Amino acid sequence: MTTPTPVSGPHTHAPGGIATDMTWVALALLPATAFGIYLFGWPALNLLLVTVTSALAFEAVCLKLARRPLRPALSDGSALVTGLLLALTLPPWSPWWIGVLGAGFALVVGKHVFGGLGQNLFNPAMLARVALLISFPLEMTTWVIPQPLFTPGAPGFLEGVAITFAGAPVPDALTGATVLGQAQTGLSQDLGLSRSLEGVYDPLHQALGWIPASLGEGSALLLLAGGMVLLARRIIPWEIPLALLGTLALLATAFMLVDPECHAGPGLHLSSGGVLLAAFFIATDPVTSPATRAGRLLFGAGCGLLVFVIRTWGGYPEGIAFAILLMNAMTPLIDHYLRPRTFGRTRRGRPLEPTQTAPDGAGRRP
Amino acid sequence: MWSFPRTLSFRGGVHPQPRKQTTRNLAIEPLPLPRRLYLPVQQHIGAPARPLVAAGDRVLKGQVVAAGDGAVSAAVHASTSGQVLAIEPHPAPHPSGLPLLTLVIAPDGADRWVDLPEPDHALSLSREEIARRVAAAGVVGMGGATFPAAVKLNLGTRHAIDTLILNGSECEPYLSCDDRLMREHPGEIIDGARILRQALGAERTLIVVEDNKPEALAALRERLYVADAIQAVAVPTRYPMGSERHIIRAVTGREIPAGQLGADVGVMVHNVATARAVHRAVRHHQPLVSRIVTVGGGAVARPANLEVPLGARVQDLLDHCGGASMAPARLLMGGPMMGQVIPHARVPVVKGSNGVIALTAAETRSADPGPCIRCGRCVAACPSGLTPLEMASRIRAGDLDGAAERGLADCVACGACAYVCPAHLPLVQYFQHARGALADRREQGQHQERIRRLAQRRRERQEAEARAKAEAAAQRKAERAARRQRKTAGKEHETEA
Amino acid sequence: MYAAIPVLTLLGLALGYALGMAGRYLKVEEDPITGEIEALLPGTNCGQCGLPGCVAAAQALARGEAPVTLCPPGGRELARQLAEKLNVQADLSAMEADAGPVFAHIDPERCNGCTRCFKVCPTDAIVGASRQMHAVFPEACNGCGQCVAVCPLQGITLKPPAPSLQGWRWPLPETH
Repeated sequence: MTTPTPVSGPHTHAPGGIATDMTWVALALLPATAFGIYLFGWPALNLLLVTVTSALAFEAVCLKLARRPLRPALSDGSALVTGLLLALTLPPWSPWWIGVLGAGFALVVGKHVFGGLGQNLFNPAMLARVALLISFPLEMTTWVIPQPLFTPGAPGFLEGVAITFAGAPVPDALTGATVLGQAQTGLSQDLGLSRSLEGVYDPLHQALGWIPASLGEGSALLLLAGGMVLLARRIIPWEIPLALLGTLALLATAFMLVDPECHAGPGLHLSSGGVLLAAFFIATDPVTSPATRAGRLLFGAGCGLLVFVIRTWGGYPEGIAFAILLMNAMTPLIDHYLRPRTFGRTRRGRPLEPTQTAPDGAGRRP
Repeated sequence: MWSFPRTLSFRGGVHPQPRKQTTRNLAIEPLPLPRRLYLPVQQHIGAPARPLVAAGDRVLKGQVVAAGDGAVSAAVHASTSGQVLAIEPHPAPHPSGLPLLTLVIAPDGADRWVDLPEPDHALSLSREEIARRVAAAGVVGMGGATFPAAVKLNLGTRHAIDTLILNGSECEPYLSCDDRLMREHPGEIIDGARILRQALGAERTLIVVEDNKPEALAALRERLYVADAIQAVAVPTRYPMGSERHIIRAVTGREIPAGQLGADVGVMVHNVATARAVHRAVRHHQPLVSRIVTVGGGAVARPANLEVPLGARVQDLLDHCGGASMAPARLLMGGPMMGQVIPHARVPVVKGSNGVIALTAAETRSADPGPCIRCGRCVAACPSGLTPLEMASRIRAGDLDGAAERGLADCVACGACAYVCPAHLPLVQYFQHARGALADRREQGQHQERIRRLAQRRRERQEAEARAKAEAAAQRKAERAARRQRKTAGKEHETEA
Repeated sequence: MYAAIPVLTLLGLALGYALGMAGRYLKVEEDPITGEIEALLPGTNCGQCGLPGCVAAAQALARGEAPVTLCPPGGRELARQLAEKLNVQADLSAMEADAGPVFAHIDPERCNGCTRCFKVCPTDAIVGASRQMHAVFPEACNGCGQCVAVCPLQGITLKPPAPSLQGWRWPLPETH
């Protein structure tokens, strides 16, 4: 009947919590993940399991070292989502140690060194992906042509184990370049896009994901569907995906109109290189993105701009990971400067003049 | 960002589950007189009232038992006839359960009123007369703020009020006492509105009801003329619509500047229950001796809307409602968003108590707080445009000044942020704590200042005394010397002579 | 390579010398802040800091020989102000234990009206007359304890104020 220490209101709460949100994120990723596994077969499944398991293991070790309770942190699902997102951005036939190293880097350096969930400056999955890309450029750019499960020519279970765990070499015939890689190579050889992408870029395949790509970035349609679910449930804010995709599409269209031979159109930009995966699932990581509406619009637009700049003028054929990390670093600054206007105050924080109407012009005094 | 005057709303806010279904269709029933009534001398914001009776005195219903003391205070009246048993400290309806001076009355069962003047249906009373009668009846803001109504009316003498708003939004979940009042006594509310309007000289009067109470709106509109200066207005259902700042923003589009009051933008807000109390006070000379209370929550066997004599204990209400069907996880006075936890059921219902809510653990959905993931839902929910996550992180780090700089003073403690927080952080309690700590700091600073002044004054006085003493001593010495000289001179004179 | 070593060494020496000289000649005279500190202190000369009076305490603070938490009657607020004035980081957590101010309280059973306490009170917080019960104004009392020491009947104690609704504050939420 009594409350031992007084607790303040509110005494009721909206349903859900961090664990629910994380579960929804994982569920929304499920279709794209399942499709990726179907497309790239047993090695992809192995890599996914290795990455997610080691992410959870590293989380547990870090919590143990910090002498913090394991159960609440492990059950909130954040380590699972980090591991899942990392796995989805890896080349599907990568060896097991790529997954373990990546998960270790993400959880230890990307998250727990900063103080655990909520404290990290950079998105752990993106940090790990960039670290892997810089350290192991060969493994991180070996893209296989889709080898759907149970089709002739696809590796069986044992072959899959050999590819992931025993380092069995991937036959050259099975590898291909990503569309963006192809485009950049072509441009460096002074080939126009229409020639370098001939036979490589097929908008339909691109949308479905039937392309050499990382495990989960392939299917634009499934990623879009997952993102829509999260938007509808208001688990992710709409500002970041909209600003990111909008900025990228706008820039791509503008440059394509200027010179279609040197610049790919918005369709290719949006559907390749994990842009959709990043826009809906990674850039929207609440911890490393701004907390206000204006801040999120700026953050998303910044990501879109940087992706375009890196892809067009940078050394890497695709740059979403770098773009997100750079904007992560800007987040504290954005949050400092872009605050909402306080009720009853001007944008600069001074009290309104008593006779003044609301700053949006509503309700003039009669 | 996208608000227009016609949308009748404000930025931010949340939609908590209303959970009003269990009580909104239950008619108001009177609570039988309990065995004892406990009337605290302070049921309002301001100075405590001064008891006028002594233990053993017989009192009649409506008799003043404690008089308002000071500029901001309110009188307390006996809520039934009987005998004053004691005037002693009793636990207050407050989370701390700390005691407050309380008059304990044993009802005699006759419930006999003190002699009241004849009802007065005069069409025009002066502002002063209205304010006088409202003050004499001990009316305070009955939405929970408990600011003395007469003091608020007198604010109208200093500011021109063009709009009077009667707040019937009742945005708190569970509560339906204002809803029932509007449906069952719309005439009394409207008459109260006419009286308040007259006292303030307001051009227009709006009775504002959230659109989830269509019956209340219909009942009010039935009593109003087409071209009446009083209108019943529907606003969207959104918490915290009942907050004074936000209801004014939603209905008039005016925004109260930080640190000012509604009167500063020409608007005054009174709760609908206050309007009814004003009607009774001015027309019938009846003081405020009872109020309507919603008894609800999953742990109550038979939820109800009760007309309760002030001073009845929460336990009396629960007993009348079939007792608690299970041990409540939290016992609240007021709604679940801004209501207060009470330590036990042995505290009285006072003028500002609009609900007694006994929540089950499933209803509170309380969980251990997790780490802030900076999701920004609190920012989106905050109707005051603050960044609760930043304020809380500063308070946790002990940086009270940083929290103040981020707008702690502009927080209305509505709890929308904590309601949506996925980490279940007790954000409001951080803010309440920081406000208390800052108030302590201010008071300590003032105390130190006073001490320095007093010590200084004493030193000066002691120095002055010492100087005076020294001067007096010097003077005496000089006088003695002069006398001696005179004597010697005299002797010499004698000798010469 | 061999030329670089002496060049850089010389450069380092020259710049270091210049910096040292600049430090000597462009030195900013330190503010005599003893007076300012003294203005912050209560001025009751109660001696609870272990120093002979508030002036001595101010001098010790200005020389950095005393911690900003030295003054118990001043409490946390004074410590915070001193830390701000002296621009030091104060560890106020040490003061957390003895939370809040204390006031002198005269036991009416014991007081015989000897007037000794109100003669020593540095803030005139005690009222009374010879052979009459004395009483303390809490608003003016600094809890310095000088009256406690002079009371021949041990009738004065320092107590925190009684808990009241006005003085009640929300505690920090419990963390898990």
